Amino acid sequence: MLRKQRVSFSNNAGLKKIQNRNSGTRNKDTVIACWKQQPTHSADMAGGKGRGIAAFSFNIESLGLSRGNMPQTREGPNKLYPDVEFKPVPLKEGEDEDYMLALKQEIRGTMRLLPHNIKPLAGKGDVERYKERYQRQNMLDEEWTPDWQLFPKELMPQKKKLNVKPVGAKKKPIKVSSKEKADVLSKLDELEKKDVKSDEEKEEKKTTEEGEEEEIEGEELEEEELEEENDYIASYFEDGDDFGAGSDENMDEGATY
Amino acid sequence: MTAQEVRLCGLLLQEHFGEVVERIGTHLLRGGAQNLRTIANETNTPLDLVKKSLCVLVQHGACEFGSGRRGPGSPVEYRASCERVLRVLRYPRYIYTAKTLYGDTGELIVEEVLQRGHMTMSNTVKTVADRLTHNMEEGRSMEYSEVVSAFSKLVETHFLQRCPPVAEMGTAATSTTPATPSTPAAPASTSPPTAESNPDCYKLPHVTLIGRGKRRRSSDDSEEQRGGKKAKMDSESCGDEGIYWLVNFERFHQHFRDQAIISAVASKLDQTSSEIVRTMLRMSEVTTTQTAAYTQPLSANEIFRSLPPNYSISRPILDQYLSLLVDDPMEFVGKSGDSGGGMYVVNLQRALANLARATLESVVQERFGSRSARIFRLLLRKRHLEQKQVEDFAMIPAKEAKDMLYTLLSENLVQLQEIPKTPDHAPSRTFYLYTVNQLPTARLLLQHCYKTVANLIERRLFETKENKRLLEKSQRIEAILASLQASGAEPEQLTEVEEMITAPERQQLEALRHHINKLDSTENQVDETVFLLESYIFSTKTK
Repeated sequence: MLRKQRVSFSNNAGLKKIQNRNSGTRNKDTVIACWKQQPTHSADMAGGKGRGIAAFSFNIESLGLSRGNMPQTREGPNKLYPDVEFKPVPLKEGEDEDYMLALKQEIRGTMRLLPHNIKPLAGKGDVERYKERYQRQNMLDEEWTPDWQLFPKELMPQKKKLNVKPVGAKKKPIKVSSKEKADVLSKLDELEKKDVKSDEEKEEKKTTEEGEEEEIEGEELEEEELEEENDYIASYFEDGDDFGAGSDENMDEGATY
Repeated sequence: MTAQEVRLCGLLLQEHFGEVVERIGTHLLRGGAQNLRTIANETNTPLDLVKKSLCVLVQHGACEFGSGRRGPGSPVEYRASCERVLRVLRYPRYIYTAKTLYGDTGELIVEEVLQRGHMTMSNTVKTVADRLTHNMEEGRSMEYSEVVSAFSKLVETHFLQRCPPVAEMGTAATSTTPATPSTPAAPASTSPPTAESNPDCYKLPHVTLIGRGKRRRSSDDSEEQRGGKKAKMDSESCGDEGIYWLVNFERFHQHFRDQAIISAVASKLDQTSSEIVRTMLRMSEVTTTQTAAYTQPLSANEIFRSLPPNYSISRPILDQYLSLLVDDPMEFVGKSGDSGGGMYVVNLQRALANLARATLESVVQERFGSRSARIFRLLLRKRHLEQKQVEDFAMIPAKEAKDMLYTLLSENLVQLQEIPKTPDHAPSRTFYLYTVNQLPTARLLLQHCYKTVANLIERRLFETKENKRLLEKSQRIEAILASLQASGAEPEQLTEVEEMITAPERQQLEALRHHINKLDSTENQVDETVFLLESYIFSTKTK
């Protein structure tokens, strides 16, 4: 009995016809059972096993459709650049907008030059390219030191790296001289930059001198480490020695006969 | 953090802070709170670069750090905030507003603080004075005191505020500004303190800054060499170490919201009513909290007294205007009582909702035509309608109405609501009603806006990359021209150098510049819509 009802379900859309069929066997239980089973057969109900009749389980008219007037079926994914029926409204023009545009481009340009803009490290062993020297001049405030009180301690660059390597007695004098050498180098750099700067005028407004900000110490020492492994002994030219001037004096005095 | 937001944040970080910070930033945005080692391992970046990028992000407020999940002993965890990175898009608007309110000095102060994240007052004053001096004529320079007065005005009106104190984290730094009295240093506090929680957040430090701006002279040797030592002495003399100032974005947003309401009133009614609303908003600036639904009630007498002098309207006319504003369907102003000649409030939340609604309606109109917009507006007002009712109310023939409804449905601007008549949801006995929900639709449009801005940025990068060779050539030629002019060359040399760019190349450059300007300008204007929708969504969140 139940099986027959299931078969008749799939052939007809709508409960009304089933009820008409079963009017002879008006059994409340079976009718209720039919209702309960309805959701599981909903897959078969529309199309599929419908013997060629495209039957819908709901009232098509309630959605405004009719058999002849079905909406178009999709033939594939949407176009990547769909057709635009209505042209967009033109942009607002005015001096406010122009000023903000200029501001935006200026901000972009200046922020590229700030030390906040971190560039991926290029290989330090390479010969420094000619253009890098000029690009570096544009950097406003090469290094900046954040106020470590507001930052977690672990973000500080580690100075411990030197201690990891075997600390020999040789390291101590070299460390001292490398710091002095660092100062000399930075002074030379500044002088160099100042010379070339007077040749080219830059449009960007420069902030106060680089010297105002301290360089991150740890960085300096790390850089010096790399430069140890070359032919020039770091302690060859001590800052205290009067190179040139001293030897001239000696020569002068030695020339007396 | 939706996918669109993360994409846009990545592009903004890349443009302003470089690729390394972008990589770290997007990783943090996608992955939530992480500690240092995880970030370094998962992004395959060397540890010191990760540290530097995190410093930059924290400096600009885009990233917060706190103790780890496993209690005070675990490593520090970092969390990036999408919202803060998206603010970068609005920097030009903030700076321009500061300019309109406080002149060039104010503009430069805000610009410096935005570019550096947070700064001390003395640093800002010196930098701004130098910049202003640089632009002035020879022989004149900018006094520090003028800059200080502009700075204090910004702080008084709450556009700038102090950085929030840092919570203690296990063995980490203790922190804070010397001027804050009793900040409880609770170890491992879970929620990061906001700037507002500091009772002194708008108090200026007692610092005497006397001096003038320095003009940068490229030929002045002695100044350069002594520069290092001199600057160190200067920074030690100011007493405000550790007190850092940030830009208070919320205050700026309040200002933008007020501007939006005033201009809406002006375009809907007339200039006088907008002046009345402006007066009301100005009077309630300090008494209204951030998230208030409406301002404090103001009596008509007070409003009459506070109107600007050049708008002298008589008392009965003011009453008429007020009643007109109250009756207006946009509900900007409401009447909350009758004492004092009538108590009036500005309905902030309602106004924002109406502005957002107007935005949605105009978007539908511009994309789908005015008839679809009519259907959309109908559904917004009548909430739920059946297909047949839509056709009748909108007075559009059935076929076209159906088409339009389906287009809107496929774009997710309109939803279908099922109301079953029977408990088994039989499709033949269910009502299908079309409806529009304003809040979800606003969120959808906001995501579309983010996607739009990201697309604009990408297109601009593409255009720049395509014509990179040409741009570099023109930059080099400009540099050569500038150097020649500085060293005094004859006009023939100048024209010879100028001719190195051929005419078609010049045209190409012109077209490129025009395109890039258009794209940039569009980004700015899409950001205005973003602001409106964001404010509306935010105002509905807080109850």
